[in-house]
Amino acid sequence: MGNYFFDSATVFEELDRVDGKAKVTGQAKYSAEYEMPGLAYGVIVGANISKGTIAAIDINAAEKAPGVLGVVTHLNITKPAGYIAADATKPAAVRGLKVFDDNVIHFNGQPIALVMADSFERATHAASLIKAQYNKETFSTGLEQAMKDEKPLEGNQYKESIRGEKDAWKNAAVKVEGTYTMPNQVHNPMEMHATTVKWEGDDKVTVWEKTQGVKSTQRDIMQAFALTEKNVQVNTLYVGGGFGAALRTWPHAMAALIGAKKIGKPLKVVLTRMQMFTLVGYRPEAIQKIAIGADNDGKLIGMMHEANAVTSNYENFTENIVKMTRALYSCANVTTKYNVYPVELSTPTWMRGPGEATGSFPLECALDELSYQLKMDPIELRLKNYAETDPENGKPYSSKFLKEAYQLGADKFGWKDRHPIPNTMMENGWKVGVGMSTGIFGAFRNEAKLGLKLMADGTLIMQTAVSDSGPGTATAMTKIAADAMGLPYNKIKFELGDSSLPPGPTQGGSSSTSTVGAAVSTGCVTLQKKLAEAAKSSPVFGHIVAVENFLFQNGEMVLKTDPTKKLSYSEVLKNAGMTSIEFIENSGRNPAMEKYSAYSYAVHFVKVLVHPLTGVVKIAKAVVAGDAGKIVSPKTAKSQMIGGVVGGIGGALMEESVIDERYGRWINNNFADYHVPVHADVPAIEAVFVDKPDPILNPVGSKGMGEIALIGFAAAVANAVYHATGKRIRELPITPDKLI
Amino acid sequence: MCQQPTNDAEKQPSLHHARRNFLKQTSALTALALAPSVVMKAAEKKLDEKAAGFFEQKTLNIEVNGKAHQLSVEPRATLLDVLRENLHLTGSKKGCDLGQCGACTVHVDGKRVLSCLSLAVMQNGKKITTIEGLQQGDQLHPMQEAFIKHDGFQCGYCTPGQIMSAVACISEGHAGTDNEIREYMSGNICRCGAYPNIVDAISEVAKKGGSRD
Ligand code: FES
Ligand code: FES
Repeated sequence: MGNYFFDSATVFEELDRVDGKAKVTGQAKYSAEYEMPGLAYGVIVGANISKGTIAAIDINAAEKAPGVLGVVTHLNITKPAGYIAADATKPAAVRGLKVFDDNVIHFNGQPIALVMADSFERATHAASLIKAQYNKETFSTGLEQAMKDEKPLEGNQYKESIRGEKDAWKNAAVKVEGTYTMPNQVHNPMEMHATTVKWEGDDKVTVWEKTQGVKSTQRDIMQAFALTEKNVQVNTLYVGGGFGAALRTWPHAMAALIGAKKIGKPLKVVLTRMQMFTLVGYRPEAIQKIAIGADNDGKLIGMMHEANAVTSNYENFTENIVKMTRALYSCANVTTKYNVYPVELSTPTWMRGPGEATGSFPLECALDELSYQLKMDPIELRLKNYAETDPENGKPYSSKFLKEAYQLGADKFGWKDRHPIPNTMMENGWKVGVGMSTGIFGAFRNEAKLGLKLMADGTLIMQTAVSDSGPGTATAMTKIAADAMGLPYNKIKFELGDSSLPPGPTQGGSSSTSTVGAAVSTGCVTLQKKLAEAAKSSPVFGHIVAVENFLFQNGEMVLKTDPTKKLSYSEVLKNAGMTSIEFIENSGRNPAMEKYSAYSYAVHFVKVLVHPLTGVVKIAKAVVAGDAGKIVSPKTAKSQMIGGVVGGIGGALMEESVIDERYGRWINNNFADYHVPVHADVPAIEAVFVDKPDPILNPVGSKGMGEIALIGFAAAVANAVYHATGKRIRELPITPDKLI
Repeated sequence: MCQQPTNDAEKQPSLHHARRNFLKQTSALTALALAPSVVMKAAEKKLDEKAAGFFEQKTLNIEVNGKAHQLSVEPRATLLDVLRENLHLTGSKKGCDLGQCGACTVHVDGKRVLSCLSLAVMQNGKKITTIEGLQQGDQLHPMQEAFIKHDGFQCGYCTPGQIMSAVACISEGHAGTDNEIREYMSGNICRCGAYPNIVDAISEVAKKGGSRD
C-alpha cells in the first residue's frame, strides 16, 4: 500500500520506555502516593457472612478509638444522588453493588463499614473494633453446586447459537469429547487498588484513582454524585498493573468518595491484598463441555461447546467464552451455549484475555486430542481447517497472517524435532513434552480525541485522557509521532492520565494502540497540513502550500522537488508569527471496516518437563508468535507478549481460588497461598511477530496484543503435558497431584 | 535531596496542630499531664482511649538515603509505612503488606529487607537505602540503567523492589548464573511478567563486575 507511516525511510533507534526513568528511580507516583495536608486514611471493613442481612452494627468503640475521624455504615450514610433512580422504571445511575446502601449482604467481604482516622495504623486498629451481627441465609459459592441446584440466567446472550446442523459432530468418523474445568482466577496486580479523594465544597472533587479509564471513572463519579464534568477531576498518571481489575469504579472508590465528604478532609483508601480477592473482580470459574468431530482427513465436521460460569447474585457478568469456537476454524456445523449461574461471590470482571482465555482451553485441548487420534501434526490439523473468511459471517479479514505465525513460531521453537508419539521423550530424568495452541481476539479501533501542540521550539506535545497500566502507551505513541513527523524522540511528549485532557478510550480489550495510535497518526497528518499552510509565510518555499510537496523529516519541512529548500518547524512557526499550532484531532472507526472482520492471533509453543515421580511440571521453554499487525514499538511489544505468557503460566500451573464452601470465604487470599509465577517458574521466553500491517483497521497498521499474549496458553501447556506423559489433564491448574 | 539532619517530628505542622487541639480539648489530659502513669492506667482500663493514643508515639532515629531523621512513630508502624507516609518516600511500594511480594524491599545497613515486615522502631540507629537513594546525583545506578535497557518492567510497581533486591542479589554473590538469579530473586513478584527481562538486566550488571552499592 505504501502509505503506512512505518513504510517511511527514517530508521529509528529502539526506544526505551519514555517513563522508564521515573519508574526505576521511584519517582513515578501511583494513586496512593499523593501527599496533601490533613490526609486521612480509610480502611474498609468487610462482612464475614456470605448471604443475609446486618441485624446490628456497633461502631461505638471504633468511633472512640484514638485518631478516628469518622465511620460510615449503611445506617449513617448520606446517599449519593446516583443511588436513587430518578424514576422507578429506570435503574439507578450507580450500577452494581451500591456500597453501604442497605443492610443486605451479597458476598463474604462485602464492605459494611469504612473507618477513617488520622493515620493508617489507627484506622486499621479502629476497623478491627467494628462488630456486626447478622441474620444469616443459606448460600452457595461453587459452580458445580449451582449447576445442580439452580437454573442458569435467561436472556438473549445465553441463547444457544447453532450454525449449520446441531449434532453434526456426533456422526463424524473421528470424535473427541471432554469436560474441562477452570477455577476462579484473580488479577492481583502488584499495586493494590487505591483511591485518594479531595473534595472542595460539596460539588467539586479531585480523585487520584487506580483506573484503566480516567474518563469512565470521571463519568461514574459525575453520575453518582450528580456533578458536572468540570467539577470532577480524575488523575491517574501511573497504574501499577490492571489486567482488567481497574476497568470499573468499584465500591471501595465510592466508599472513599462518600467518606471523604463526610469528614471534610482528603482521604485515601487502599485495599489490602486480601480485599483484592473480593472487591475488584476475578475471572469466573468455568465448567465447559466440548465435542468435536472430523473426517478421516482431519476436516472438521461439527463442534459443540457449552460453557458454564459464575456471576454474582446482584449483577450479570458475561464474556465471550464460546465465541472463539465459532470464529477460529472453518467448520460448517457449530453449536455453542453459554450458561451463567449467580452465586454468593462478588461480581467477576474481565481478566486479561477475558472469556477467550477461558474458552480457548477446551477448544485448543480438543484440537490437540483430535490430532493424536488422526495421527496428524497439530499444526497441520489447524491448517487443514484454516478459515480464509470469517466463519461467523463470511466477511473477509482486514488482515490475517496466522499461517505465517504458525510457521514463524514453529521455526523459532524447533517444532520439527517433536516426536509424534507421546510419553517418549526424556531429559535428565524428566519427561519431556511439547505442545502448541492458537489464540484469537477481536481487533478493535474506538473513538479518541487527541490534543496536539507544536510549540515554538519544535516540541510536539500530545494529550489524551487515557491511562496506562503498563503496556507503554506513551512510548508507542511517541514512536508513531516521531515516525510521522520526523522528530527525534526527545522532542515529543505524550501526556495522559488526566480527565481534563481531550477524551481518550479506556485501556482494555487490546485496543489502545489501535485507537490512540490512529489519532496520533491522523493527527500528525493534520499537523503536516497545518504546517504547510503556515509555511506560506516562508519565502524559501515560493508560497507552495500543498502538503504533498513536502517531506517531514529531522524536524524540518523539505521541499520534495528541491531538497536544499528546507525549514525547521520552529522557523516555519516563527515566519508565520505563530507561537504554536494547537488543535484537537478526532479519530474514529474506519467506516470501511463494516465489510471486514478483524482479529489478532497468537500461536503458543511450550516445552514442559514433568517429573515422573512427583508430577511437578516445569516450563522449560516458551515461544509465542503473534499476528498483531504492524509492531509499533518492538521492545515494549515483546515485553507485553512475554508478560502475557507469564500470566498464562500462572493460569496453567498454579492459579486457583480456594473457597471454603461452608463459610463462603476465600482461603488462599494472599500471595503465599494463591500462587502466581515467580522468577524461578519462568524460563527465557521468546516473542516473535509476523509484523505485517493491517491495511484497513487503522492507519498505523496495528492490531491488538495484550489479550492474545495469554489466550490459548493454558491449552499449550496441557497439550505439552499430554505429550510428555500421555495424560490428558482437563482441570486447571495442572498441579502435581493431577499427574501422580 | 537535602543533606542536613532535620527533626521531622518538629517540622510537621499538622501533627503539632493536632496535639495543640488535643491539649485544648481534653481537660482530663491537662489535669493529668504531669502524671502520665495515671493516664496510662486509665488507658489500660479503656477509660480514655484518646489519652492512650497520645502516648503511643516513640522516638526513632534513622538515616535514610544519607539523611538523618528523628521521627516520632507508633511502635506498630512498619518501616514501609513510615517511609511512605511520614517521610513521603513512596518509591518503596506496598504490594501485600504481608512479606510475600518483595515490592517493599529496601536495604538496611546494606542488606535487603522487606520493609513491610520490619517495625520502624526496631530500626533505631540503622542506615536505610531506598530506591530514591540508589542513584548518585544525576547518575543512575547501573542496575537502574540495565532495567531501562532490558525493559525489565511494564507498570513499574514491582520495579523499585526488584532493583533493590537485584543490587543485593549481586552483592550477596547470588548472581552467578541465570538460574541462580531466578532462585534468589524469587521473593520479588512481578505480575506484569517482566521476569525474563529482569534476569537479563541483572545478569548483565553482574557480568560487568557487579554493582555499586
Ligand atoms: S509489601 Fe512487603 S513483601 Fe509485599
Ligand atoms: S512491572 Fe508491573 S508488576 Fe512488575
